[in-house]
Amino acid sequence: MDNLYLAIPLASLFGAIVAGFFGAQIGRKGAHTVTILGVGTSFILSLFALNHHVFNDAAAYNHSVYEWMVSDGLRFEVGFLIDNLTVMMMSVVTGVSLMVHVYTIGYMEDDLHNWPKESLAGTNSYQRFFSYISLFTFSMLMLVMSNNFMQLFFGWEAVGLVSYLLIGFWSVRPTAVYANLKAFLVNRVGDFGFILGIAAVVMYSGSLDYYEVFDKAGEMSQQTMSIFSGTEWNVISVICILLFIGAMGKSAQMPLHVWLPDSMEGPTPISALIHAATMVTAGIFMVSRMSPLFELSEAALSFIIVIGSLTAILMGLVGIVQNDIKRVVAYSTLSQLGYMTVALGASAYSAAVFHLMTHAFFKALLFLAAGSVIIAMHHEQDIRKMGGLKKYLPITYWTSLVGSLALIGFPGFSGFFSKDAIIEAVHHSTIPGHQFAYIAVLSGVFITAFYSFRMFFLVFHGEERMDKHTKEHLHETPWVVTVPLILLAIPSVFIGGFTIGDMLFGDYFGSAIYIAENHTGLAEVGKHFHGAWAFVEHSFAGPAVYLAAAGVISSWYIYMKQPSIADSLKQRFIIIYNLLDRKYYFDEFNSAVFAGGSRQLGDRLWQVGDVKFIDGVLVNGSAKLVAWFAGVTRQLQTGMLYHYAFAMIIGVLMLLVMGLFI
Amino acid sequence: MFADLPLLSLIVWLPIFGGVAVLLSGDKGDANGVRVLSLVISIATFILSLGLYAGFDSSTSAMQFVEKTPWIPGFGINYHFGVDGFSMPLIILTTFTTILVVLAGWEVIKKKPAQYLAAFLIMEGLMIAVFAALDAIFFYVFWEAMLVPMFILIGVWGGERRVYATIKFFIYTFIGSVFMLVALIYMYYKGGSFAILDMHAMPLTLNEQTFIFFAFLAAFAVKVPMWPVHTWLPDAHVEAPTGGSVILAAIMLKIGGYGFIRFSMPITPDAAHSFDWLIIFMSLVAVVYIGFVALVQKDMKKLVAYSSIAHMGFVTLGLFVVFQIWENPANVSGGGAALAVEGAMIQMISHGFISGAMFLMIGVLYDRMHTREINAYGGVVHTMPIFAAFAVFFSMANAGLPGTSGFVGEFMVIIASFQANFWYAFLGALTLILGAAYTLWMVKRVFYGEIANEGVRALKDLNARELTIMTTLAIAVLILGLWPAPVVDVMHASVENFLQHIAVSKL
Repeated sequence: MDNLYLAIPLASLFGAIVAGFFGAQIGRKGAHTVTILGVGTSFILSLFALNHHVFNDAAAYNHSVYEWMVSDGLRFEVGFLIDNLTVMMMSVVTGVSLMVHVYTIGYMEDDLHNWPKESLAGTNSYQRFFSYISLFTFSMLMLVMSNNFMQLFFGWEAVGLVSYLLIGFWSVRPTAVYANLKAFLVNRVGDFGFILGIAAVVMYSGSLDYYEVFDKAGEMSQQTMSIFSGTEWNVISVICILLFIGAMGKSAQMPLHVWLPDSMEGPTPISALIHAATMVTAGIFMVSRMSPLFELSEAALSFIIVIGSLTAILMGLVGIVQNDIKRVVAYSTLSQLGYMTVALGASAYSAAVFHLMTHAFFKALLFLAAGSVIIAMHHEQDIRKMGGLKKYLPITYWTSLVGSLALIGFPGFSGFFSKDAIIEAVHHSTIPGHQFAYIAVLSGVFITAFYSFRMFFLVFHGEERMDKHTKEHLHETPWVVTVPLILLAIPSVFIGGFTIGDMLFGDYFGSAIYIAENHTGLAEVGKHFHGAWAFVEHSFAGPAVYLAAAGVISSWYIYMKQPSIADSLKQRFIIIYNLLDRKYYFDEFNSAVFAGGSRQLGDRLWQVGDVKFIDGVLVNGSAKLVAWFAGVTRQLQTGMLYHYAFAMIIGVLMLLVMGLFI
Repeated sequence: MFADLPLLSLIVWLPIFGGVAVLLSGDKGDANGVRVLSLVISIATFILSLGLYAGFDSSTSAMQFVEKTPWIPGFGINYHFGVDGFSMPLIILTTFTTILVVLAGWEVIKKKPAQYLAAFLIMEGLMIAVFAALDAIFFYVFWEAMLVPMFILIGVWGGERRVYATIKFFIYTFIGSVFMLVALIYMYYKGGSFAILDMHAMPLTLNEQTFIFFAFLAAFAVKVPMWPVHTWLPDAHVEAPTGGSVILAAIMLKIGGYGFIRFSMPITPDAAHSFDWLIIFMSLVAVVYIGFVALVQKDMKKLVAYSSIAHMGFVTLGLFVVFQIWENPANVSGGGAALAVEGAMIQMISHGFISGAMFLMIGVLYDRMHTREINAYGGVVHTMPIFAAFAVFFSMANAGLPGTSGFVGEFMVIIASFQANFWYAFLGALTLILGAAYTLWMVKRVFYGEIANEGVRALKDLNARELTIMTTLAIAVLILGLWPAPVVDVMHASVENFLQHIAVSKL
């Protein structure tokens, strides 16, 4: 199996290298052919691995590929840990990636228009784009397949790099290159915590290897460390919170969420692949992978559940007032990531990963559908200028409807199973903070339904608000765009119902996910689980379904039936509206305090510390002192013999006086 | 095959005599002739230096390739060369970098190319001699001699304020080294030998150690440079020609770090131990304070110069954190010290590649636009896409991206310093944010956005010579980042021996 596993990431890397370095030679067709073949190979081999582990019950594979280095007895390795959790992630990543590759052929077809005429960077942008998304697939595979913290960090940063390159893909746009810098730096804030977490792991377990670290977890939970003198903190809590700070960056949890909405400056295919389906879920995956550590720290789980709840509800609220089609979906992604984080905090790791999987399909679908609308609208993204698109874009319309229903948790759709499982697990959780989380995820259901269908109605129904020219050219997008939509719509409907039994309540994850005995939230739900259909029936006894329905109906009423209500509500609650419209002023705060503050601090340290003090006073000052002293002593060198004779006499007298008294 | 050759002497004297030959062939004749000759000499030296790696026995910490003959017998001064796991990689870094520097000046330096290239070749030999010398006076002679070609390079081929910069550079480093000379002579009077290894073994009281430690600190801290004696570096870089900046950043700064390893710590272990807090403090100030200062620089070379100071902070941090790693009661396993020292070494080598690449890149832009002001650029990616790809790559390496060499040393030192004190790692890890901020903000302003002006519009992408240099460095950065084991493995024995030595008090 060694070579097969190795081939999975390398196939994607091969495509990336060929398209990246030889883009000019192989041309557009060559570039998309080679990358699609590469990612396709990765996908098929991933399915093979899935079959091997899930259906043939192969034992977890944990082997080193090569030794990166050994220093101080600490082994730094590149290696793979393949178990049921990994194969699921690999299949989702490569599957969605393959869809996005195909879709990109259509989306990037006329990319030349996005570049200034004289730009040489624009001449092979098409090939470069394919190279990047294949490189992303490779990086993400290295991340999920890793069996140690160093490679995890490598994958973690490598996906960050590709994200940086892709957000700023249209490097001529000031907003894009602002957004990619911001994304990278905010992620680095998370990585700052992450690397300290890794350092703590090394210190207290003496290893970077997952299994070796997990073996020491019990020992570590007995130890304390002192960060501020006088306080003793549990080692495992410190490690978990530090690692989770990394997850907050990558998975965009408040207050490190600020980069994700801006990342929409990138081309839509990567918004779907990186900023919805895969990369942003790396944090969720990481915490699930580390469940043997997180399970030992109630403090960390509490912290996680509160952060997740805040993200789930507050970001959903912002989604209501957005008018850019991609930003609505982006805020929806933030909110859904909040749901997954809440699930992690409630020790329902399998529910988090389950939601990660269903979300990957329906959110990729929603993004690609939004992209399809954007192509049809000639790159107009403002939903206030759309409307009535149903008749022009039937395939996009129906697939969007499927995606939206999955997102809001319409009974029977994939999203319904995963979201309801989270809500139920939180309901039964005992972690401090779960009451707040329960309120957050329940009200989130209403909010999700409201903003999703607000967008859906404004785009596809009602009056046609686009200009005449756009309207004349409206037509359904080409097959390379619509086929991926259809292929993603299928799992958006069915995958939840098919897999919930095994993934959540069966033995799917086996030893990959560890849950402490007293964290019974999800197990409690499992006691009442009698198959997917019964789960649907049972849901009608709870509030979530009705909240979702209320959300859809009220958005229909407000935006379709009585559009004047929206305006009057806005006027009446203008303060709240502004708060949401300005996204709680996070951006203003960050750019004033962190960006502005750092620059001011740097300026002060430079001008005052380096220039005025060290150079001005110490360096040039001592030079001046020498010059001054030389100037003074030079006055003594008059050249007059009697001056020298006088000085000698004074000197002799002084020596005599000293001789007398000492 | 190499065992019979006096390999170190060859590597030292080939570029020095080669340099003299280049100088003698003069600037009257064919400029291309001297360029090719210089290139051949530098490549030959590099190939010879690879013999050091090939013939190196990494199982021992003893000095290898040793050559020893009396030089000034009256004072017991010997012509004494030898290398261990610390000096050997640094010598190869020197010979490697010199090739690139010779290439970088190819058609760019029109003023007296023979003298320019000769200065580099002679300096190469002197720097290798500094790394290889095992006699303190022998070391000192090369250490001082090395300043002369650099002084000339900045003074003759430098920018507008070259005189201020070159004098500042010279006086700063010279004052530092004078203290070192005093310390060396004192130890000779006390121990009767100038052999560095004898000095390692020489018993010294704490008072003596303290004086000697600070005398060495004056020399090495300026060279590294450590805050607050760093202000000569940005000025020197700004005025130096591209090749001078590359040598300065890639090799000369390493001599400061090497000095701590070869002199300060083994000769005065107790003083190093009692003042480790001071060096750690200065290192962390370098990482954080200098990181903020780098953020606001308007001149690209100054920015990279400040970034160098911050990166070298990890070297001194890694070296001096070892005592506290051993003493930290919470560090149950007691490990981490070797990780810290090897991290410091890797950081030096990696910084050699990356800072060299950064300065060469600025050189590429400067050669075309004759300005280093960040504001004078914008949208370079549209006219120089290949160059921009390299720029982003090396910038990411400078920001410590895993997979590049920039990650390895920082990662090791951060992990190791955590085992001494949470806050050391905390402050050190701020480089993840600061390093990315100052480097990528520069990238954004220079390379991205719309084409800023007609100058940028007229830019031509890399030529074959520049492409060769960039590709070579990129490969080096990638190899060290993806597989550091071959470099780390040659150090193990020497690091082990070094740590055992400094762990034993001389009192």
